[in-house]
Amino acid sequence: MTVIATVFLPLLGAVAAGLFGRVLGARGSQIVTTGLLMMAAVSAAMVFDRVALGGQTETVILADWIKSGGLELSWALKVDTLTAVMLVVVTWVSAAVHLYSIGYMAHDPSIPRFQAYLSLFTFAMLMLVTADNLVQLFFGWEGVGLASYLLIGFWYEKPSASAAAIKAFVVNRVGDFGFLLGIFGLFALFGTIGLDAIFAAAPAKAGATLTVLGLKINAITVCCLLLFVGAMGKSAQLGLHTWLPDAMEGPTPVSALIHAATMVTAGVFLVARMSPLFELSDAALAVVTVVGAATAIFAATIGCVQNDIKRIIAYSTCSQLGYMFFALGVSAYQAAIFHLMTHAFFKALLFLAAGSVIHAMSDEQDIRRMGGIWKHVKVTWALMWVGSLALAGIPFFAGYYSKDIILEAAWAAGTPVGQIAYWVGLLAAVLTAFYSWRLLLLTFHGRPRADEQVMAHVHESPAVMIVPLLFLGAGAMFAGWIGYDLFVGPASHDFWGHALTVADIHPALDNAHHVPEWVALMPTIAAAGGIATAYLLYVFAPSLPGMLAGAFPGLHRFLLNKWYFDELYDAILVRPAFRLGRGLWKGGDGALIDGLGPDGVAATSIRMGRKVAAAETGYLFHYAFAMLIGVAALVTWYMAFKN
Amino acid sequence: MTDWPLLTLTTFLPLLGALFILTIRGETEVVARNARNVALLTALATFVVSLFILGRFDAASPEFQLKETAAWFPGTTIAYSLGVDGVSLWFVLLSTFLTPLCILSTFNAVRERVKEYMVCFLVLETMMVGMFCALDLVLFYLFFEGVLIPMFIIIGVWGGQRRVYAAFKFFLYTLLGSVLMLVAMLAMYFEAQTTDIPSLMAHSFPLEMQKWLWMAFFASFAVKVPMWPVHTWLPDAHVEAPTAGSVILAGVLLKMGAYGFLRFSLPMLPDASVFFTPLIQVLSVVAVIYTSLVALVQDDIKKLIAYSSVAHMGYVTLGLFAMTPQGVEGALIQMLSHGIVAAALFLGVGVIYDRLHTREIARFGGLASRMPVYAALFMLFTLASIGLPGTSGFVGEFLVLIGVFQVDRLVATLASTGVILGAAYMLYLYRRVFFGRLVHEDLKMLPDLSAREILVFLPLAVLVVWMGVHPATFLDPMHASVAKLIDNFELAKAAQAGLAAATR
Repeated sequence: MTVIATVFLPLLGAVAAGLFGRVLGARGSQIVTTGLLMMAAVSAAMVFDRVALGGQTETVILADWIKSGGLELSWALKVDTLTAVMLVVVTWVSAAVHLYSIGYMAHDPSIPRFQAYLSLFTFAMLMLVTADNLVQLFFGWEGVGLASYLLIGFWYEKPSASAAAIKAFVVNRVGDFGFLLGIFGLFALFGTIGLDAIFAAAPAKAGATLTVLGLKINAITVCCLLLFVGAMGKSAQLGLHTWLPDAMEGPTPVSALIHAATMVTAGVFLVARMSPLFELSDAALAVVTVVGAATAIFAATIGCVQNDIKRIIAYSTCSQLGYMFFALGVSAYQAAIFHLMTHAFFKALLFLAAGSVIHAMSDEQDIRRMGGIWKHVKVTWALMWVGSLALAGIPFFAGYYSKDIILEAAWAAGTPVGQIAYWVGLLAAVLTAFYSWRLLLLTFHGRPRADEQVMAHVHESPAVMIVPLLFLGAGAMFAGWIGYDLFVGPASHDFWGHALTVADIHPALDNAHHVPEWVALMPTIAAAGGIATAYLLYVFAPSLPGMLAGAFPGLHRFLLNKWYFDELYDAILVRPAFRLGRGLWKGGDGALIDGLGPDGVAATSIRMGRKVAAAETGYLFHYAFAMLIGVAALVTWYMAFKN
Repeated sequence: MTDWPLLTLTTFLPLLGALFILTIRGETEVVARNARNVALLTALATFVVSLFILGRFDAASPEFQLKETAAWFPGTTIAYSLGVDGVSLWFVLLSTFLTPLCILSTFNAVRERVKEYMVCFLVLETMMVGMFCALDLVLFYLFFEGVLIPMFIIIGVWGGQRRVYAAFKFFLYTLLGSVLMLVAMLAMYFEAQTTDIPSLMAHSFPLEMQKWLWMAFFASFAVKVPMWPVHTWLPDAHVEAPTAGSVILAGVLLKMGAYGFLRFSLPMLPDASVFFTPLIQVLSVVAVIYTSLVALVQDDIKKLIAYSSVAHMGYVTLGLFAMTPQGVEGALIQMLSHGIVAAALFLGVGVIYDRLHTREIARFGGLASRMPVYAALFMLFTLASIGLPGTSGFVGEFLVLIGVFQVDRLVATLASTGVILGAAYMLYLYRRVFFGRLVHEDLKMLPDLSAREILVFLPLAVLVVWMGVHPATFLDPMHASVAKLIDNFELAKAAQAGLAAATR
């Protein structure tokens, strides 16, 4: 019952605010949606207590969904530890964001719509994490895609917002294309798409092969890789990441909820959920590791030169998701989910605090036009520091525990890709610390660079925004410390139960606790190095960044333009698609098919037709006549045959 | 009313209403009002009667049910014979469901020759329902062709600027196909000596003959579906047709081709169907990708939706010829879903067309702020068209693709790209119409949906979600009929394989 409440209370809120927003009014919608979400958060905690801590997994079957031939699907909620963790993360962060939005969106004319979308998003994410079969997972998957489309395009009068919304949906759909094929493949292989049934049958099918274009490939590997394509889309991994930075067009609470804390973690969740399959394919795991490591470093390099406060955080999200993926790739699923959890808190905190800054700076987002405001927004400033310390992985903040264990596991995996991931991850850690402090220093410290009018208005946000920040701040400080034992420490085996499968040949996480000291120390040193570099460049030698940019103009432009991914895709995919469409329309349909077919014939007929009948009804007689002839012919044929 | 001839009643009740409307005399205004009311009442009554068909239908049986037979041409096998199975049942209901909505939607849109318009629609309904119920070749042919006459008039008389061209194109395409089909039907009769459709399904035709018959039927059905490359009549017909005409065209008439494949080609000509499956697959995949790309660059809303229809029907033909339970049932759901969603989208276009008399996408923009209810409903149908899980479109697409994947992975993979393209063109359309700032002066005064308009959309919206969340309502009655179809198909295939082995 608590499970059903957790999942469906947000839907209730969405429906209430969405359909009856006019009746409820702005304040009413806020109270209803936020209240229901807080109730959901409480019941999620109860579920967590019962399932994760008490070890009672459960599956609630709600109703039949699709049944056709051998394919049978139900609407069902499956809760094990992995799900319970996600339930808590999603509902808690979402509740904080709901509350924060009351303050942040106070002057917006469409508050009920906004609150409805937020709740709808939460519902979809909850359906995703409670799915007991892949199609229901896909339902949630597409649901969060839809909600993010609606939320990114919330200010639909802005052309850039609606463009970003479409981009998010379509790029995600590219991933979904892979996901769908993965589902089809699994159905062809196992004859079912229920998760438990697949997992039970998986070891027996480990050696099954699939012929693709004449090549025999391991079937499980193919399916895993296809599912991973879906995960790459949703979690903005290298190649399918282009939508995430643009998604910052949405209101800031959206960025915190969707593009930092929850939706983008869906891909991580998917791979963790499918761990019994991924464990059977070293090839797929290696791909996950490499893509994760590449994304971690790629996004970090871009984050170092961006100037929009939200964009920097967005790229940091992308980069942190890379960490989670290479943790998955070395079979340290527990560490990946641990980082997912801590990251949800400190990233939501960073985004919401950034929103508070933007709010204070009269909607300014460019950090080059900020600076020196820390005295005016002390709470935000302090919380931003907490978030950054956690992100950089400074000891005893949340990110320290989770990022360290990931890097240690990568090293301990003992595979070449694991080693690469470790070193790449370290380098990314340097950059992470660097851009975090670049952001802090440019935003809050130094001399004010905004004009006086803006500076005069700088003010701390209202309590309704500060309270959720404090809550998330507490998470960013203590989540790692509290969770360490359960998630990745000695208690982890009992905690996870059967929710995650790790093969005996992949002992990365167990070995992570016994790595040489320098391996464990390096991440902290890397973070300290990054922070020191930021101080050097932006406090002690403020002219240096400009000089560096001048010295390497090509590199700077390359990073500033985000490795030219958007331009590349535009040139090889988007524009050709439109050109091809136009060509097929005018050339194919118009000139070729119609020209040779009906129009060619018609050209002659019309000339004759004009003579026969002045009005269009003339053709009707043709038609009726032809039909009569047909019937007559049939009857005649019959008579002739009979005699 | 357990013993009533339900199918006959459903078929001819609209015709009765049409005759009644013809007797209405008086002032133009009064006649128009009365004609509208009588038409609406008749269509509603027909829908209610058709619901009794559903009530009396036995889902467990794969046979034709509620059969009514009467001698027609004495001394011949040609008979007046009606019946429904788990397949045709839904199309009868789709027709009776959409007709009242169409009539309701035209209350303001059609101001001239209202009486004749209503008569056309009711006659059209009789023809559609009769076509789906007919169990005799001759009767089927009469209804099948008869459908086109009222449609032809609707486009030709109440259509837009280029209605003559569109009606003519429609005529040319369909006539060519129909003539060939008629020849095929004659040949079948000649061979099997019966016009009874269930008997013909049990008859096995020689392989060579099957191929010829199959191609002749294909000529007719492919045009109706429409399959690439004989689809070019559809965008023109849609653009020129009045709103309600487009709705019926997309909602029901496009289903006639696929229904034909299901009733004739697959069960009667199974070996030829196997033989020609690659052709169908190629044409369908091309349809999905090609027309999606074309839809991307359209400037006219109706044309865009028309092209999207071709893409969606591509899934239908793919699913049917996969001949797996998921493939066929998916195709059927996709047909129903498309019938509802495309109908809703065309009705949606009609809403703004009634207000502004243009369908040019560039003339719109920013409607969301002026017409929020309309924007929300249109979004729902857009999402269903994209195939978002939880809407009807997903169930159809998903089942088709998973069904096809088991038969041919490459085809399924290529067809799945429609998932991406579909999202692109529909959302791009939505963005250009609803998002952005309201810049055009005439848009600033647009009223949102009226109560009548909401009444038209509401049943469609409910069905879209219903089919998406609980498709079992629609799938359950299909299972038995589809299973029988596939069993017979497999038997025929096996027999043919055995024959081939024996002669070798």
